[in-house]
Amino acid sequence: MQKISREQLIDKAVSLLSNNTVEAVLGWKKGEFDYDVTPALFTSADKLAAEFVWDDFCGANFSKYLVKHTKKAEGKILVFLKPCDTYSFNQLLTEHRFDRDKVYAVGIPCDGMVDIDKIKTLCGEGIVAVDCTGDTLRVNTLYDDEKAINKEDVLAERCLHCKSKKHVAYDELLGEDGEVLASNRFDEIEKLEAMTPDERFAFWQNELSRCIRCNACRDVCPACTCEKCVFANPDSGVENKAAANSFEEKMFHIIRAFHVAGRCTDCGECSRVCPQNIPLHLLNRKFIKDINTFYGEYQAGAEVGSRAPLVDYTTEDVEPGEVFDRGDQDA
Amino acid sequence: MRKCSLNKMDAVFAEIAKAGDLYLPACGHDGKAVYTKWQEGVCWSDAVNTVRSPKDFFFPQMENLVEFKTAGKNIDIIDIRDEKADFVVFGVRPCDVKSFEVLDRVFLQEPVDSYYASRREHGTVVSVACTKPVETCFCTTFGIDAAGACGDVTVWKTETEVFWQANTEKGETLLAKLEALTEACDESAVEDQQEKTHAIMNKLPLKDLSTESFGGGKTNEFFNAPEWKELSEACLGCGTCTFVCPTCQCYDIKDFNTGNGVVRFRCWDSCMYSDFTKMAHGNPRLTQLERFRQRFMHKLVYYPENNDGLFSCVGCGRCLAKCPISMNIVKVMKKIGGKENE
Repeated sequence: MQKISREQLIDKAVSLLSNNTVEAVLGWKKGEFDYDVTPALFTSADKLAAEFVWDDFCGANFSKYLVKHTKKAEGKILVFLKPCDTYSFNQLLTEHRFDRDKVYAVGIPCDGMVDIDKIKTLCGEGIVAVDCTGDTLRVNTLYDDEKAINKEDVLAERCLHCKSKKHVAYDELLGEDGEVLASNRFDEIEKLEAMTPDERFAFWQNELSRCIRCNACRDVCPACTCEKCVFANPDSGVENKAAANSFEEKMFHIIRAFHVAGRCTDCGECSRVCPQNIPLHLLNRKFIKDINTFYGEYQAGAEVGSRAPLVDYTTEDVEPGEVFDRGDQDA
Repeated sequence: MRKCSLNKMDAVFAEIAKAGDLYLPACGHDGKAVYTKWQEGVCWSDAVNTVRSPKDFFFPQMENLVEFKTAGKNIDIIDIRDEKADFVVFGVRPCDVKSFEVLDRVFLQEPVDSYYASRREHGTVVSVACTKPVETCFCTTFGIDAAGACGDVTVWKTETEVFWQANTEKGETLLAKLEALTEACDESAVEDQQEKTHAIMNKLPLKDLSTESFGGGKTNEFFNAPEWKELSEACLGCGTCTFVCPTCQCYDIKDFNTGNGVVRFRCWDSCMYSDFTKMAHGNPRLTQLERFRQRFMHKLVYYPENNDGLFSCVGCGRCLAKCPISMNIVKVMKKIGGKENE
């Protein structure tokens, strides 16, 4: 259940549409089932009433869509942003990726999103209805009677490690703002660091060998907004549609992790969309942890215009040799 | 028809694997079913389907075609083909078996794709009838019987027993090897199971999805439909739908520079990708709308137009489960297909 209701969001959207503050609303649209929500642009009250959704399945982060939509729009686009989405929003603004004047951002509190795969594991396959309007989720399948399950048991992985309930950007906030949380999100990284190099190599080999190079992680990533990715550019010399060997499997993901280092806000979209359930966010989170260790705490997207440690020189910067030595010890 | 006890399956798999590699859906480490080469300890998964379709066995995501090596002024052409050993794919669902027919029409028409043809020739397909279809299944839309016989051999699995039926000569050969492990039986248990599965199929949420509006000759009707804009609006342009799809068959051929020559390889390509139709003069599909439209027009109009009305979708539901933005062929059919699918 979400504290703020679907109707509150629709009311807000309708009023901003009708007084011409915005020309369209970026929101979540009802799917075939209760869980397959699609990002969509709404331009009328009727459409909103018929198809707009706001519930525990609205995980999609809309920040990146603003790059595309603000280019086409003449007026403003209303975008609903959950706290974690606002970090991506700020990071994109820092990189001058969209026109802030063409956006009306409405911050909405988030009580965590659920993972349909976890629901399937718990309740069995053949999900025909999921009602998440109450304190517990009520799930109906083709094969079993209705089951009531606790939301905590099916929370999306990234929500289990939620870093912030605070909105770092908005024009208007619905409901109450939260706090930056003392998340335990680096616990998983410490487990990886505690492995021997061989174990860690085997871990990633095993995970990345499942990659089908669909590029969903890249295409959904708010930090991946290159007009043309080197891996999709026939002229780049490294264009790569399928991994030829295990080296190439790793190359794509490692290069991508380096490219978004210091810019990744840890929104978790990469792991959410991966059809093979590869925990891709762990690569990025390792970089975030290392940056914190070597350069002091830094959260990408916490504010607009901040200089990320990796692109900002100060005389207090750690000596590269020290980083190298530390890396050596970790290995 | 023959049968064996379910707890004899390890012995059955061992027997099949004596003659060549045997692949079957097994539980992967992330809990999802994945086609795995059988060896002692690999267990047959109950999952309704694998994330990756079995098209890999005949049309792998990446395959080397030929190698050229230069030495001075000579170029050696080296045959590096490896699709020459017999193998068995066990546990293929009826939707996926149907996908082989879709691929066959592409690759086995003149000029025959000899790589694909060779793999098809060497492969024996053992289908397994569905017992627990899920909400994303819509194979009936394409006239597939999820409990019916298909492939070289069909297997029906009950709580305690496995029933076998050969459908082709290859299937007879395989079953002959299992004669000592199986016994003759009648079809009553299978008929019971089929009835149960059909009853579930009748309860599926997508059971009424119809292909009525689609097929050859519909290009003009749908090509400029205004709905494509809204349908493709949120598409990320990734290749998930294409790569989990059992019937998508587009590929790219490239040369890999080895330093003293090239290895020519082919790999899956996706019409959703921005450089898919890039040619010397440029790219005729400039936005995601055109790319998105292509994928669905191909499956629902162009392919049937060229293949006696056969659709290039088998209703396996993988794209429904895996699209990052949950846009898929069912939503397209309902939106574009008009009244029949309202």
